[in-house]
Amino acid sequence: MATLEIRDLHVTVDTGSQGEGPKEILKGVDLTIDGGQTHAIMGPNGSGKSTLAYSIAGHPKYTVTRGSVTLDGADVLAMKVDERARAGLFLAMQYPVEVPGVSVSNFLRTAKTAIDGDAPKLRTWVKDVGSAMERMKMDPAFAQRSVNEGFSGGEKKRHEILQLELLDPKVAVLDETDSGLDIDALKIVSEGVNRFREKGDRGVLLITHYTRILRYITPDFVHVFVDGRIAEEGGPELAERLEAEGYDRFLRANA
Amino acid sequence: MTVTDGPAVARALETSDKVASHLHPEGSFDVDAHPVPTGREEIWRFTPLKRLHGLHTDDATAPLGTGTTEVDVRVAPGVRVETVSADDPVRGSSGYVPTDRVSARAWAAVDKATVVTLPGDRVVDEATVLTLRGTSMDSASAGHVVVVAEPHSKGTVVLRFEGSAVLADHVEAVVGAGAQLTLVSVQDWADDAVHHTTQHAQVGRDASLRHVAVSFGGDVVRMSTSVAYDGPGGQVEMMGLYFADAGQHLEHRLFVDHNEPRTRSHVDYKGALQGQGAHAVWIGDVLIRKVAEGIETYESNRNLVLTDGCQADSVPNLEIETGEIEGAGHASTTGRFDDEQLFYLQSRGIHEDEARRLVVHGFFADIIRRIGVPVIEEHLLETLETELEKNV
Repeated sequence: MATLEIRDLHVTVDTGSQGEGPKEILKGVDLTIDGGQTHAIMGPNGSGKSTLAYSIAGHPKYTVTRGSVTLDGADVLAMKVDERARAGLFLAMQYPVEVPGVSVSNFLRTAKTAIDGDAPKLRTWVKDVGSAMERMKMDPAFAQRSVNEGFSGGEKKRHEILQLELLDPKVAVLDETDSGLDIDALKIVSEGVNRFREKGDRGVLLITHYTRILRYITPDFVHVFVDGRIAEEGGPELAERLEAEGYDRFLRANA
Repeated sequence: MTVTDGPAVARALETSDKVASHLHPEGSFDVDAHPVPTGREEIWRFTPLKRLHGLHTDDATAPLGTGTTEVDVRVAPGVRVETVSADDPVRGSSGYVPTDRVSARAWAAVDKATVVTLPGDRVVDEATVLTLRGTSMDSASAGHVVVVAEPHSKGTVVLRFEGSAVLADHVEAVVGAGAQLTLVSVQDWADDAVHHTTQHAQVGRDASLRHVAVSFGGDVVRMSTSVAYDGPGGQVEMMGLYFADAGQHLEHRLFVDHNEPRTRSHVDYKGALQGQGAHAVWIGDVLIRKVAEGIETYESNRNLVLTDGCQADSVPNLEIETGEIEGAGHASTTGRFDDEQLFYLQSRGIHEDEARRLVVHGFFADIIRRIGVPVIEEHLLETLETELEKNV
């Protein structure tokens, strides 16, 4: 069974040109995601939700100062970015990056080859990509476009979930995949995530600001993130309470 | 990363046809009219003169025209390739007059010229390829090629430069009315070669020229490419692709002279640099003369710096003497590898070196695709692979 285990995670961000030195964003996060479980992380802006996502993926801007992240016992923090992906982690980004001149089809094939260790069989691969794109309601012409270049917000997110389906990781981290989506796109994206969950033994860490996406993807656990820590945990009913009350209760307690 | 972008402000100036500007010096066939450069001159300030093997000095210290090179010609059906003596009037028929000392010396030093003629009113699909292979660095060679695209012809001529040589040469292109010429110059030299090449085209009424410069090899390559028009309606597309490695100096100097109305030019050069002392220079001069109303021009140079220790100089210049233009603009960017692009690709399991390769391929992809000469495209992709393996 796939297990992503996060223990006492402390992370600083390099503020770079602002000259304030490293700033602590995560202040001791504990979280265990077992295969077959979907965890939603909710919280106000600036609470560190995205930092958690990028730290798990290994973005160079973030420095882990304390704690551990393991995937099935293997030390994730000791791995390079690409090694983490090959170990079975996937991050659907809030702002996917444009890569001019690299076609979606070339990108997908290169990624699949890297993850699997050898090139996918051409015939089945072309079919797999074609049907996955159809399920995401993406025009086949997308395959020839440059990665994320000129994509609308919704197209970028569908492209992220397309990769989730094709690369089939053990644990997927979805960073505000719902933001900026209209209701149709939100449904398509949610259905993609649900297909991934139905494969069984897959972990999902769903980071979101709004409860909207949780109507389509029912989480097993909801964690409320405030000021770099998990402030409250519960089941799906916690999301409903947040929907009604908002984050004020937590922000006041914090202030 | 520095970016300058946007249309230049057009100003209507009352001037004569004669343009007084350091960007556009008066030419002369007289070698002595071009003093031996010191390196402080505007047109020489980026060039490492010490590495030119005396091409810029005088004949006593560095005789020109004594070197040997081998030329292999693959002629497409219907195209004529012949050798003529240096005094044949076809030489200079593009209207070119030397504007620097090396060019004037090379002009004087050759005893013959190669003339490639694309027959009028005919489309030739296959490319005519002239391959020049240098065999020695001991003495310097001069060369001269004239490409004549007769009116309403269509075809492709490829010049390939290989091996080791000290070469100063000219390539003239005379594009007749309504003709469509693709001229490709590939500097694929060995590591030690020194190449000073001057390429000038005259583009006829409603004619179009695609000029492609590809520079990978050589110790020093200094390429001056200029274009002028011989009637309204001419179109020019100039594309360039270069890859400067450690210690390499690759210099591309472009000059588009909009001397006729309703002419167009589009310049797009892209280069990658890697390794200590890799130096790329791009100068893009565009002159829009008073008479040249209704023209459109855009020039762009983009550099991708892959490692520390590289230098990319990029200088676009627009000189506008009429306010009646459709559009004029330029862009110049020099950027490092985008870490966010690398992170995105790596987060999908792609190894770092493979991710770098994808980004560089992507950077060049649009230019390579637009070249439109399949044999060159394949070769370019292979060469790009080889260059990338040196570093990543």
